[in-house]
Amino acid sequence: MISFAWLIPLFPLISFMVLILSGKKLKNASGYLAILLTGISFLLTIGVLLDLRTITEFEVIWPWLTVGEIEFQAGALINPLNGLMLFVVSFVSLLIHIYSLGYMGEDDRKSSYFAYLSLFTFAMLGLVMSPNLLQFYMFWELVGLGSFLLIGFYLYKESAKKAARKAFIMTRIGDAGLLIGLILLFWQTKTLSFLEIFQAIEQQKLAPGMITLIAILLFIGAVGKSGQFPLHTWLPDAMEGPTPVSALIHAATMVAAGVYLVAATYPLFLASEWALIIVSVIGAFTAIFAATIGLVQDDLKRVLAYSTVSQLGYMMLALGAGGYVAGVFHLTTHAFFKALLFLAAGSVIFALKNQHIKQIAGSGKHLAVTKWTFLIGTLAISGFPLLSGSFSKEAIFAALLEDGQYGLLAVALFTAFLTSVYMFRLYFLVFHGKGEDKPERTVPLCMNGPMVILAVFAVIAGFFGSQLADWLAGGQGSFAVLHHSPTWLIFLATLVSLGGIVLAYYIYLRKQINQEEWKETFSSTYTILYNKYFIDEFYENTILYSTRAISYLIFYIEKYVVETAMAFVSGTIKAIGTRGSRLQTGQVQTYGTVALLGLAAIVLFFVVKGGYM
Amino acid sequence: MSAVPAQGYLILALILFCIGLFGALTKRNTIIVLISIELMLNAVNLNLVAFSKYGIHPNITGQVFSLFSITIAAAEAAVGIAILLALYRNRRSVQINEMDTLKH
Repeated sequence: MISFAWLIPLFPLISFMVLILSGKKLKNASGYLAILLTGISFLLTIGVLLDLRTITEFEVIWPWLTVGEIEFQAGALINPLNGLMLFVVSFVSLLIHIYSLGYMGEDDRKSSYFAYLSLFTFAMLGLVMSPNLLQFYMFWELVGLGSFLLIGFYLYKESAKKAARKAFIMTRIGDAGLLIGLILLFWQTKTLSFLEIFQAIEQQKLAPGMITLIAILLFIGAVGKSGQFPLHTWLPDAMEGPTPVSALIHAATMVAAGVYLVAATYPLFLASEWALIIVSVIGAFTAIFAATIGLVQDDLKRVLAYSTVSQLGYMMLALGAGGYVAGVFHLTTHAFFKALLFLAAGSVIFALKNQHIKQIAGSGKHLAVTKWTFLIGTLAISGFPLLSGSFSKEAIFAALLEDGQYGLLAVALFTAFLTSVYMFRLYFLVFHGKGEDKPERTVPLCMNGPMVILAVFAVIAGFFGSQLADWLAGGQGSFAVLHHSPTWLIFLATLVSLGGIVLAYYIYLRKQINQEEWKETFSSTYTILYNKYFIDEFYENTILYSTRAISYLIFYIEKYVVETAMAFVSGTIKAIGTRGSRLQTGQVQTYGTVALLGLAAIVLFFVVKGGYM
Repeated sequence: MSAVPAQGYLILALILFCIGLFGALTKRNTIIVLISIELMLNAVNLNLVAFSKYGIHPNITGQVFSLFSITIAAAEAAVGIAILLALYRNRRSVQINEMDTLKH
């Protein structure tokens, strides 16, 4: 089965091709076709996973392009990390395809929607099985394209178009870093294949400074894609897209691509102490920074978006602190519970046609399945004991403790506290309270089904931590170790998580702590948080402003200097032409006279000079 | 009768040619222009005949040639007048300065 692994991304590609070419004719069948083909990919992935129990690494490559002595290759690399990612991507993608059947059921452009969704799935599956960084980069950009198309899916919404552009440009800034990193890496090692790069690092062919530089450049790419500070601003805006898209792309898979990039090139990061420190510090800062913003946002999807940014920060933090398994583990569990949360949020929006949590004011309680699955997701992300989030977070804390990063550990614990506060704020505001609005529509089975399945995974995924560590260790070598936390740390983490839940309970459900009073006491802090630290405004007033100033300057240079010069040149030639054309009178007699005068001049010349010379 | 020297014929031919040229280049009536061109042709014929008698190697060729020239001039005059008539029918004018279609 594993030798057919390269077929996995092809099925969504076929789906994309068929839907984009003849989607209008297929109409309602388009969704089923996309689900069928994604389902085949999922089954193939399961087959590959079964084979991976005995084979730890499998690579199939073909020569693609030969330039001089250098040969670029294309193919597929299957190792435990890639296998895991394949499973997460194809599984979540399949569920979201099914969910979309209900959510997008009434949309006219359903076939385009499913086409883009298939394109994205193809790109993401291709990304996680790339054997070299060149192929990786191509799929990386394709993933960005899929994301762009889906964020801007509601073409008639100005905000959606803006968000799509913003996402594209912000991630492109990161991609520039990644590309420079790739070029440097290629220059140094003469190869882009993952395995050969790792060999080169092992043999210490690269200078330490160069490794640090390359690692940081690759990390910049990851920062852009995974919405880390300071390139995070596109991710909350990306919530303009349809909610299933937010669940698939901006929560579970694409944003995890950055984390995957760091994980896939982990030996490179391990070889540089500074790169690891930068990764963990940026991760920790993003985690706490986004969590504080999440505390005060009023848009259902935006809170989840900031929570995603924060959780991605956690993963980076774990990777930076040497917690390879912890980071990948959290990526996996997060994919399940965050996709679940988004799908549940989508059901609320679908049924109530409202996503402002203070206006919903508890109306979500009429949706029983949604309420319970959302609760499971919330408990999981808050780190409630025995749910998946608690295990992966503990692994991160343990990795930090082992690495001796006590400051970062404190930040991580405080973020965990904030996470449970804002997630339960969301839960209490949406699903508890007066609940005056009755749902306009019932949530169909094809939407509830995926939610329930994801809820099951959000509960049980945590129990496979040590199996995951063994599994990853099979392919990745010595750094794939799951750190186990001492009892006091487990106790502390649980306490922090429950503390957040209790605090949210008293503020938002019992209302014993008056939030309005707090708002007034810390009004400046509230304003800063509500406006997301004014980062967007900061970019607007510095980078965008100066860029616009330069563009205007160049525009006016073009308009006045360049165009004047052009007008001068063309004007001169035109004037000469006009003058010249006046000589052409059409009077034969004038021509004759001129000819005669010319002849006379020649004769005179000959007479004076006495010959030709 | 051999009192007239070669220079006499040549000067007469020169004068005739210059008058013809002047007429061809300055007159506004196309018929006058055609007549002036005839004048120039005849000046050339006179030259040919003069050289056939007083040239370095006098022979009959010059006179034969001038006969050809006169014949062709007659044909040319006929064609010229015919074109002129066609033009006149189209434009109701024989003024040469109005015929400037070469400009376009």
